[in-house]
Amino acid sequence: MTTLDTQGEPILLEMRSITKEFPGVKALSNVSLRVMAGEIHAICGENGAGKSTLMKVLSGVYPYGSYTGDIVYQAETQQFKDIRASEAAGIVIIHQELALIPELSIMENIFLGNEPTKWGVIDWAEARKRSLELLARVGLRDDPDTPIKEIGVGKQQLVEIAKALNKSVKLLILDEPTAALNESDSQHLLDLILGLKGRGITSIIISHKLNEIEQIADEITIIRDGKSIETLNVKRDGVDEDRIIKGMVGRTLESRFPDHEPKIGEVFFEVKDWTVGHPQIQDRLICKGSNFFVRRGEIVGFAGLMGAGRTELARSVFGHSYGRFIKGQIYKDGKPIQIRSVRAAIDAGLGYVTEDRKSLGLNLLDDIKTTTVAANLRAISNYSVVDDRKEFSVAEEYRKSLRTKTPSVEEGVAKLSGGNQQKVVLAKWMFTDPDLLILDEPTRGIDVGAKYEIYGIIQRLANQGKGVIVISSELPELLGLSDRIYTIFEGAITGVLNKNEASQESLMKLMTSSRKAA
Amino acid sequence: MNALKKLFGGNTRQFGMIFALVALIVFFQIFTDGRTLTPGNVINLFNGNSYILILAIGMVLVIIAGHIDLSVGSVAAFVGVFVALAMRDWGLPWWAGVLFGLLLGAVIGAWQGFWVAYVGIPAFIVTLAGMLLFRGFNQFVGKSNTIPVSKDFQFLGSGYLPEIGPNTGFNNLTLLLGILAAAFVVIMSLRARATNKALGADVPELWVEVTKLVLICGAILYATYLFATGRPGTSFPIPGLILAVLVLIYGFIADKTVLGRHVYAVGGNRHAAELSGVQSKKVNFMVMMNMSVLAGLAGMIFVGRSTASGPFDGVGWELDAIAAVFIGGAAVTGGVGTVIGSIVGGLVMAVLNNGLQLLGVGADLTQIIKGLVLLAAVAFDVYNKSQGKRSITGLLLKNFQRNNNELKPDEATSTKEVISREA
Repeated sequence: MTTLDTQGEPILLEMRSITKEFPGVKALSNVSLRVMAGEIHAICGENGAGKSTLMKVLSGVYPYGSYTGDIVYQAETQQFKDIRASEAAGIVIIHQELALIPELSIMENIFLGNEPTKWGVIDWAEARKRSLELLARVGLRDDPDTPIKEIGVGKQQLVEIAKALNKSVKLLILDEPTAALNESDSQHLLDLILGLKGRGITSIIISHKLNEIEQIADEITIIRDGKSIETLNVKRDGVDEDRIIKGMVGRTLESRFPDHEPKIGEVFFEVKDWTVGHPQIQDRLICKGSNFFVRRGEIVGFAGLMGAGRTELARSVFGHSYGRFIKGQIYKDGKPIQIRSVRAAIDAGLGYVTEDRKSLGLNLLDDIKTTTVAANLRAISNYSVVDDRKEFSVAEEYRKSLRTKTPSVEEGVAKLSGGNQQKVVLAKWMFTDPDLLILDEPTRGIDVGAKYEIYGIIQRLANQGKGVIVISSELPELLGLSDRIYTIFEGAITGVLNKNEASQESLMKLMTSSRKAA
Repeated sequence: MNALKKLFGGNTRQFGMIFALVALIVFFQIFTDGRTLTPGNVINLFNGNSYILILAIGMVLVIIAGHIDLSVGSVAAFVGVFVALAMRDWGLPWWAGVLFGLLLGAVIGAWQGFWVAYVGIPAFIVTLAGMLLFRGFNQFVGKSNTIPVSKDFQFLGSGYLPEIGPNTGFNNLTLLLGILAAAFVVIMSLRARATNKALGADVPELWVEVTKLVLICGAILYATYLFATGRPGTSFPIPGLILAVLVLIYGFIADKTVLGRHVYAVGGNRHAAELSGVQSKKVNFMVMMNMSVLAGLAGMIFVGRSTASGPFDGVGWELDAIAAVFIGGAAVTGGVGTVIGSIVGGLVMAVLNNGLQLLGVGADLTQIIKGLVLLAAVAFDVYNKSQGKRSITGLLLKNFQRNNNELKPDEATSTKEVISREA
């Protein structure tokens, strides 16, 4: 049974004045959410606004009793005590970090915890038959026996959905489903969600990619600082990205980029004929004779689809820290230099901020202070003994100048939000005083307000006469930030466009073609 | 209660673990009718456990770096027997014997460090092999005999500070050492306080600091009194002196030097460390090598104490050392731990052993109790962390709190192969 709203539409789920407190913090206060049956409902908000907490309340991760307020689902007040209880009711959540086991096959993953049995023994024939049906429904043609680790993230996401379908899902919750996907995989996933809608499955989607939300959502609920701000009907209210951002940040953003007057000097860093092999696969090249240069004070963008080899190129230039180096030469200030280790790269004035903060950029056990100085301990030590005073004052200086939000520099980095973690990582590299700073997806997983600040920091670095390379999957970001943009396709640089000649279309064309631009 | 909380919680919470140790001592002092805190017993306790504590110092670094060393007992035994033989058969003087033993430890450590750091075999396997290898070498070289060592060499394991100066009724050197130690603690604390204050960091209130110092100095001076008033001829034992020096050196290395930082960095997230310019192979090599040097030293001290080297020296030491480190708050996954914490962890075990012995509890029951204490200490720690509270064992650590969805670098992959966890 479902209830109807004033317009006579059926309501599937209503969360009424949900309040959830953690010791010392009110994560959610009086949040309400109403989801119609058969719609796609998006939840938008900055990082830390409380989106994920709300979904955890809904799916029983935070059990009944640990929050106040009511969950009315299918016209009944629910008291989920764990995930199993919510799944039994048809609510399935797919987390941002996929919960698949890499060593097991697609089929084994789909039926994990839910194995079809006959006399207590797993009925593999039945499992196979059902998994083929499920895979067909999500549009995946791979053999169900393929191990999960051998398929890409895009397909893994589909397996997750197949797994949810197997649990006869009525309400599917997707937390940042396309964060790790490239354009075409994202599109496929969005189409699939629309297809599921056609078959009566309601979805709640949490995403930072506002264009996608605009594309598929029927309604959008905006959450800010643990409160539900408003619910927009996409068709009726004529919602666009700017409208959503306004709701999320509570003000209209005049511009998504700070004003910047570039002061570009001469070429000081140049890479020629850079060729690198795949770390495991013998004959595969990940960088194919790339040439590029950077001028002083210049922000250079690297555009390419995911998997095109942008990160691989940057990492191999940064002290051969990825892949098998084959050939190539780096010139700095006109002189050829050899950089064969990360240490040598740092000494040569290079810095690299990774796209994967948590697993490659930070030691999550460290505090802010220790992280800030980690790449340049030499500068704060005498005879290799660390000077605590210098360490503290350096960290404090960066906390102030980058406006990192933290009670103290002795706070653990694991406790910071994504944007503040990124500021700490930036501080770490700024403290090495690099001439060339390579930023790989510098705003990934960061909310709108913090993005603006990070852009400001990047521009400040350029103004100091440093070269900055920005690798990004978001074309508007590259267009707004860079003075010049290189495009990469399948490991080769396919073109370079100046700020005034670049557009999303011209970049996309170069990013998807193997022909070199004239 | 509030005052206690202030004293042991907040910025001085690292004293929580020491508090547990003190409670244990008080417990045994009461139930053994005062036989725990007698000069003889305390001296014994130090003599009988110094080599385990020395191993714990090396082990905590190995564990912080994310490894483990199971071979320390065998390495200690092998070094012990080889040194004993070298002195007997080649006529090496005691000091040359010690140098030779340290060198031998370094060579063994280089062997294990090579496999762990440069070949990339998990330390568990390398040192499991080492455990068998060096036990075998010990019995092969020593032909499974006991080999006595000279009086000079025995001083290393069973010597005491000599009597010098006027007859004060105390051992003068011990007294001097105790006073110096107390003064050192006071000066260091006040200096750290002044530094923090100048930098604008949080400092505890003055009365907290003073009370803390009074308690520590009281403990040091009481221990000094005990050591200085032992049976004639005994005083502060030489192994205890070696231990104290090592704690100071290694505590300093772990906390204040670039090398120490690198050990924590590699254990916390190896890929991130490498991408910050840390040479993780060198770090891993160093910690493994250092462990075997300390194992060699522990082996020699034990031989000195027992006056001869034997085929079954050091059996099970690795487990005692590892237990001490984990009770002292280190994390199995690496990146967390402190030298002083491990020493306190080791002392908890030692006091437990000693107290139960004094109470006449059998070896069987003692093992059961020790096993439960290890499990309880770590379980309590895990429970506290999952509750988002400050952990008791972790209290000795700065304020590292693990978050739940953290990603650990994979021991098997090289940084050159990983792009990001999404790829």
